[in-house]
Amino acid sequence: MNDKPQKKPRIKWIKLLFFALIVKPLVLIGLGLNIINRPKLPKEGAAVIVANHTSHLDTLVLMSLYPLSVINNIRPVAAADYFMKNRYMRWFSTRCIDIIPIDRQVMKAPDQLFAECHQALNNQEILIIFPEGTRSITEERDFKLKRGIHILISKYPDIPVIPVILRGLGKALPKGEALFVPFNSDVIIGDPLAYDENAKTYLQTLENQYHQLLTQALTHPNEF
Amino acid sequence: MFNIPSHAFTMGLSLMILLIIASIIVFLKVKQNPKKDYQELVLRTRSWWWMIAIILGALFLGAKATTILFAFISFLALKEFYSITPLRTVDRRLVFWAYLAIPIQFYFAYIQWFGMFIIFIPVYMFLFLPFRSVMIGETKGFIRANAVIQWSLMLCVFGFSHIAYLANIDRININAGFSGLILYLLFMTQFNDVSQYVSGKCFGKRKIIPKVSPNKTWGGFLGGFIVTTILSAFLAPYLTILTMEQGIIAGMLIAVSGFVGDVVLSSVKRDLQIKDSGTLIPGHGGILDRVDSLMYSTPIFFHYFYYITGA
Repeated sequence: MNDKPQKKPRIKWIKLLFFALIVKPLVLIGLGLNIINRPKLPKEGAAVIVANHTSHLDTLVLMSLYPLSVINNIRPVAAADYFMKNRYMRWFSTRCIDIIPIDRQVMKAPDQLFAECHQALNNQEILIIFPEGTRSITEERDFKLKRGIHILISKYPDIPVIPVILRGLGKALPKGEALFVPFNSDVIIGDPLAYDENAKTYLQTLENQYHQLLTQALTHPNEF
Repeated sequence: MFNIPSHAFTMGLSLMILLIIASIIVFLKVKQNPKKDYQELVLRTRSWWWMIAIILGALFLGAKATTILFAFISFLALKEFYSITPLRTVDRRLVFWAYLAIPIQFYFAYIQWFGMFIIFIPVYMFLFLPFRSVMIGETKGFIRANAVIQWSLMLCVFGFSHIAYLANIDRININAGFSGLILYLLFMTQFNDVSQYVSGKCFGKRKIIPKVSPNKTWGGFLGGFIVTTILSAFLAPYLTILTMEQGIIAGMLIAVSGFVGDVVLSSVKRDLQIKDSGTLIPGHGGILDRVDSLMYSTPIFFHYFYYITGA
């Protein structure tokens, strides 16, 4: 990471207001978080947060952990086919959240696919990635981790990759539901993931860390 | 000054002084032993400042603000309860209705409609929630889901809302105002927690219920009981319309029910194998960890007070 930030950062006002007026109050009052190991959260970029994915709230919750002064530097990586599917979604995704779109459907060379991610890392930004690639129904399971995260990070093996477990958000707003119901949720932050050249070992370590973090949860998952 | 009744003002001031003394002690302890880890103690004291400031602020703003504050605390407690308890995915819809019961229940407290206040959750919600549950159509786990939701409503909303009824009731000591009654109940309950803890440290030997709460001893319970009863007797005529003799009974009820509330919530946490119910109040745990004794002492004190002062 010798590259200096390439462009002068400009303030993204819509994103700032969206988080100040809507997301932060919603997360604080409507949800309520049990943040476990907060000091382990990377304070500045470049860094990558890898979290499990059960709800649309996941991205908003992770971003809300950051003060408004750095919110501009937090960039979630999201599926282009879903978040850019029409112009309303596109406006919301790029202006309010400021995502990095990833094309899940067209086959591309890794460098081309991750070009924007690499640029963001060069700009000292913090990426949020869901290595499962999609939302799943429950938190208690084997994580189906995709190799994308390994391909992305293999170019920057020194950048810290921080595993985070989110639990309870699948209760507040599960996949396929529109009614939001308030529940407290856990955000459990882990130690930086050690890099391994072998993708399989790398993902296995991540999966083990996820299971270890789940044991620290306070909230109860769905089902008896 | 500010139109605060003098006794309530003195009480608020005394709480501040107590807290300042506690903060100075903590500060000196940290200075004396910089190596020892007092993080928990520091956080705990800081949280007490926040809690006292929020409560006194609401009391200063009036009965309406106090009602809204306690409705909000009730919401936080109920939310925390649902977050740590196992529920079925479909129960989200029942939980949604349970939340809606909070503003209604506290509204009845605010307008002092006693009949509705006392039956809304034990009768109407009790009959409605299973019906809503039937409409969802999932019968597996039906009994358990309805039991959990009704019980949590009784604990976190019905019982707790009695404090809002007290905040709006007209049976008040003119020198203390409505705040006097609220401060009396809150202070005596929290004081009982602390004095049981302290006397348990001093003369606690025989355990009461080792399976639920290994730190609860007869020495701690009885010590706290005696101190709480004495202080309640003296504070009762100062802050409420109760006489000193009535204050003795009130103190005994608060001491016993506070203890019971504490161990009931401990059993819930034991069952779920967690130590704290949340992380909302740094140094204390979740909101349930703080209001557990209050959940029992509030309705018990209320009904004693309501009966003894009724015409």
